[in-house]
Amino acid sequence: MIDFLLHNPVLTALIVLGSLALLFGAILGFAAVRFKVEGDPIVEQLDALLPQTQCGQCGHPGCRPYAEGIANGEAINKCPPGGQNTINAIADLLDIEAPSLDEEHGEEADTKTVAFIREDECIGCTKCIKACPVDAILGAAKQMHTVIAAECTGCDLCVEPCPVDCIDMLPVETTLKDWRWDKPGSSIIATDRNSNATSDDEGQAA
Amino acid sequence: MTELAVILISTILVNNFVLVQFLGLCPFMGVSNKLETAIGMGGATTFVLTLASICSYLVNTYLLEPFALTYLKTISFILVIAVVVQFAKMFIEKTSPLLYRVLGVFLPLITTNCAVLGVALQNTAKARSFFESSLFGFGAALGFSLVLILFSAMRERISVADVPEPFQGAAIGMITAGLMSLAFMGFAGLV
Repeated sequence: MIDFLLHNPVLTALIVLGSLALLFGAILGFAAVRFKVEGDPIVEQLDALLPQTQCGQCGHPGCRPYAEGIANGEAINKCPPGGQNTINAIADLLDIEAPSLDEEHGEEADTKTVAFIREDECIGCTKCIKACPVDAILGAAKQMHTVIAAECTGCDLCVEPCPVDCIDMLPVETTLKDWRWDKPGSSIIATDRNSNATSDDEGQAA
Repeated sequence: MTELAVILISTILVNNFVLVQFLGLCPFMGVSNKLETAIGMGGATTFVLTLASICSYLVNTYLLEPFALTYLKTISFILVIAVVVQFAKMFIEKTSPLLYRVLGVFLPLITTNCAVLGVALQNTAKARSFFESSLFGFGAALGFSLVLILFSAMRERISVADVPEPFQGAAIGMITAGLMSLAFMGFAGLV
């Protein structure tokens, strides 16, 4: 065997390098499974509770960085799109007292809204396109812009930069297609938590 | 014991990899802006270099030499180094999150550190024994860390000094490195 290999140097080189690579691949594969590190699970859970509007009103560049911020001890009441519902859900998860929304970061909208561009007034400056965190505004320079209503999260960030104030936030009208029953109140959901903590958000329990 | 001291002194001071042999200059210039990162990089490099010189010695002695394949040592050592770095990264991440936070970002950078490959190649070229090879790797890494930390401490001071405009930034760094190299030449003939 050794003799055969020594007479075929090219074949030997291929076999040796190949088996070396295979061995190292196996070691790394084993290490990847054996030393697998789970991501910070609390960040995942917090991220799931945030509304994913990526609006940046909390001061972070998106929902996930804010979730990481909360995990590092930041205040939980900085999310206007999520409103009191989200604050209550996060407080519930972290087992702390639910504070009210911090007005500094914006007010909670009563109803869900979407942006609407009055198209005959639009001058095509693209400023709202740059402001939109979810790329829901369509248009080009000196061309009329419009909002893709299905993508808009109603975060208000495009209203401020518009130089001609042609963006309105219109409430979403409930139609037959998207009408739903209200979610059941927390009082009728079985829970192992203290009922006092969730009694104040009746009808909106997460 | 004397032999041990001789190897360490010769790798750390006399044949310093960065300032005398000019290997591993990229991290030397790249991560020496802050003392903290330099310490992190030094620690990570020490860890990887020692491990990599041990592994490449084993690969060379038990795989390449019996099959007369020593002409493949460069590519094999690159493979070994890449795997050692990746394995060390996973291992540290799992066992010591604190150490990972300090060293973590620097570990992948070491793959391309020429000093690591240089040590492995020199070990085989000079036919060192297993013990000598690993000690040589360790000493080279200590020398690298020493120079990196000294250099970054100097650069921290230089960054607040009033440097003439044409010399600001990388230029003054290069000049400092050159002066340090001159100073290290003074160790020649120590051993």
